Amino acid sequence: MKNYRILGLFNNFEEAFSALHDIRASKVPGVTIDDVTLNSPIEHPEIEEVLGDRPCHLPKFTLAGAMFGLVFGFLFLASAQATFLVQPQGGKPVIPLPSNFVLVYEMIIFFGVWATFFAFLFLSRLFRKRHNLYSEKVSLDQIGVIVELDKSKLDSLKDLFKQHKVLEIREEDIR
Amino acid sequence: MIVSEKDINEQIKWAQINTDVLRSLENPRKAYWVALFICFAMFSCAVVAEVYQYQVGLGPTNLNNPHMWDMYIATFVFWIGMSHSGTLLSAILHIIHADWRKPIYRFAEAMTTFSLLTAGFFPMIHLGRVWNLYWVLPYVSDRGHWPNFRSPLAWDAFAISTYLSASMLFLFIGMIPDLAICRDNTTGWRKKLYTAISLGWTGNDRQWRTFRKTYLLMACFLIPLAVSVHSIVSSDFAVSIMPGWHITSFPPYFVAGALYSGCAAIITLFVLLRYFFRFEEYMTTAIMEKTAKLTFAIAMVWTYLNLIEFGATWYGHNMYDKELLIAKATGPYAWVFWTMIFCGMVVPFALAVQKFRRHMPTMFVVSLFLNLSMYFERWMIVAPTLSMSHQSHQWDVMWPSIVQWAIVFGSFGWFGILFLIFVKVFPSISMYEVKEMVYHRKREAELEGASAATNKPNLEGAS
Repeated sequence: MKNYRILGLFNNFEEAFSALHDIRASKVPGVTIDDVTLNSPIEHPEIEEVLGDRPCHLPKFTLAGAMFGLVFGFLFLASAQATFLVQPQGGKPVIPLPSNFVLVYEMIIFFGVWATFFAFLFLSRLFRKRHNLYSEKVSLDQIGVIVELDKSKLDSLKDLFKQHKVLEIREEDIR
Repeated sequence: MIVSEKDINEQIKWAQINTDVLRSLENPRKAYWVALFICFAMFSCAVVAEVYQYQVGLGPTNLNNPHMWDMYIATFVFWIGMSHSGTLLSAILHIIHADWRKPIYRFAEAMTTFSLLTAGFFPMIHLGRVWNLYWVLPYVSDRGHWPNFRSPLAWDAFAISTYLSASMLFLFIGMIPDLAICRDNTTGWRKKLYTAISLGWTGNDRQWRTFRKTYLLMACFLIPLAVSVHSIVSSDFAVSIMPGWHITSFPPYFVAGALYSGCAAIITLFVLLRYFFRFEEYMTTAIMEKTAKLTFAIAMVWTYLNLIEFGATWYGHNMYDKELLIAKATGPYAWVFWTMIFCGMVVPFALAVQKFRRHMPTMFVVSLFLNLSMYFERWMIVAPTLSMSHQSHQWDVMWPSIVQWAIVFGSFGWFGILFLIFVKVFPSISMYEVKEMVYHRKREAELEGASAATNKPNLEGAS
């Protein structure tokens, strides 16, 4: 039962990385790398690798948006142009593909971009209330390692953090 | 010989980056208020002129047959062009991992957005009947008529609105981590504002992972989009049969011109921000050198495309095009033409000289010349063709009236107001990306140091 949340603030990525590495190596029994969240002032793909494979499905949303733009764009234009069926066209096509290509191209990008944006908001879990362990020092220059765990493992994890020169430890009861 | 410097001092502390950038958001100095007042005064001129034009119609602008397009459209193309470098270069440099973009891309992207917002005014103003603007929107009218989707003007409406929304999103998404830094370091109304618009960013690994992919995908979308936008703007001219407009190379010529004017504007704003916000530590001479080299390369592309156009016309068999080219070089607009040639093709050679590239006042002056050339280029595209078209009985030289001048002048004021407000409300340097740059440069230096120590020959043993 994970009823506690603990935050360790580290001075640099190397120390945070070694602490994460030890958690991954199960040096605190009952705490796994899946219980860990890393907070950092910059993006750091290399250190995120130690957290294991955490897939991001954002490109699927982008593709869906772009496909919607393609289909909707063409149907929208074609249906609008089809209203001209009642008028003489003078030999010109009712649905002209070259000019529609330009507009559909723009609509693919338009819907692709907006789908990406909304997927970003959704998948990043933004708009959520920040929990009490959020530290403003993370936006300055420190690295935060947040772990959700059972209270009985708390002391072992604190010891592990201290081995890796943790600067500050905060904890909260999340029952 | 001048030794090349580092793009950034990698020893700078992360906390120092926050302090320096957040300081630029503090209470403005007197010079800021003076600049804002000047911009506001310029914008006021445009408002007065537009109110007058609204009341009496397009007559006082001198717009008439054959000059149905003129300074408004030239200025529209100028601002659209200006908008290109910010987002396009930021996206390209992001994809190719050119990290020297990091201290300068934020204000360049803001420039893109504000240029587009400024450009958007001109079709409205040029309509004369502003209240009928909604006619360009793709909706069905009372009599079942849609806009003509075959017209490049309708393509413009689609392309520019897509580009505006994508550029704004690109700018906003790239700013979210910095807005969280602002939220954590400010008080009062600023804290409320940044709390709302940072959307609850905490910098956890999930957010960074999603952010990285989002930013990359947006960059991938923006590159073809930006190219398409100016190609479509060029189609406004190129799909007609008018001499001087019906040219195959117009789309790449417009894109190169857009990048050129955008780069020149980046240099202008670079020097101003560096001086007024004391960003010497971040907007370094090394980064200015790279920006200047890029501008020089684009200037040469633009020059090449110009010469191709002149050559193709000269050696071609279209007498109307040829007469127009001669008229451009020798007629009433000749001084504009030769100024364009001098400022756009000759002045950029200053960028090939390292001593000039490293001297900020020189770069500032050069960038103003380049932008002047780009403005004249747009004028030379629009006005001479309409002055000397196929029908000789319609030939007419036209110069803009004071109403047009006032509105164009005011558009620079409007851009200035938006930009000045932006740099005081939002960080004009990306703090988290500069931190990344410093971190990675430091790591590289350490690794190089370690590698050099390992590979050092054992001189003692050798002796």
